[in-house]
Amino acid sequence: MVMQQTETQQAPVTTEEPTLSIVLFSGTDDKLTAAAVMAVGAAAMGRPVNVFLQYWALEAFVADVVKTDHGTAPEAGNEGSRRFREAASSGKTQHWSELLAQAKDVGDVAIHACALSMDTFGLRQEDLDPMVDGVQGVAAFMLDATGPIVFI
Amino acid sequence: MEAIQIDRSIDARGMPCPGPLMSLIGAIREAEVGTVISVLSSDEGSKTDIPAWVTKARHEMVAVEPVDGAESFIVRKVH
Repeated sequence: MVMQQTETQQAPVTTEEPTLSIVLFSGTDDKLTAAAVMAVGAAAMGRPVNVFLQYWALEAFVADVVKTDHGTAPEAGNEGSRRFREAASSGKTQHWSELLAQAKDVGDVAIHACALSMDTFGLRQEDLDPMVDGVQGVAAFMLDATGPIVFI
Repeated sequence: MEAIQIDRSIDARGMPCPGPLMSLIGAIREAEVGTVISVLSSDEGSKTDIPAWVTKARHEMVAVEPVDGAESFIVRKVH
């Protein structure tokens, strides 16, 4: 009996964890960072993560522009924007692309581009950063979105 | 109390959340079972994140000690 209990406690960390799905719509650096922090936390805690890139978020994942300045959300205002940039440049916050790379490194993290957004902007997968795993229609995204969905 | 033998020390002071946790995860992954790793962190998030991850990943939190305004998390890799 004691042996069985021990075995149960030692089940792998990644089993049966609900998938966290993140619909990334906003393409500003603060929101992308917030989303990447969610992704890395979920991945570290053994949850599969399913990221779907739409519109302005997708544009931020175009190769060669990932590390450029994508601004901040309107609610940041001038003062908030200044503080965010200061934190980013002083290393108080990591770049969202690095957080996503860490998330992919420690866990099961898939990043897909929304097919409609790709069409809207005339993008092809080769235009995107390699951290994007592929292009997906919304139904395919929903197939994997078995747990909560976060919209950022 | 017996002194704790630390096999590897990580100084993650100054790293933002979730940097110290990610450093610990990386070190645990590379280490052999039984290895004791200490992570020194000044990040507030580490105080909740590192114990949460250690519990979830079923390793052993050997000790948490304040060190010069930071926190030292001592973790043994169990499996």
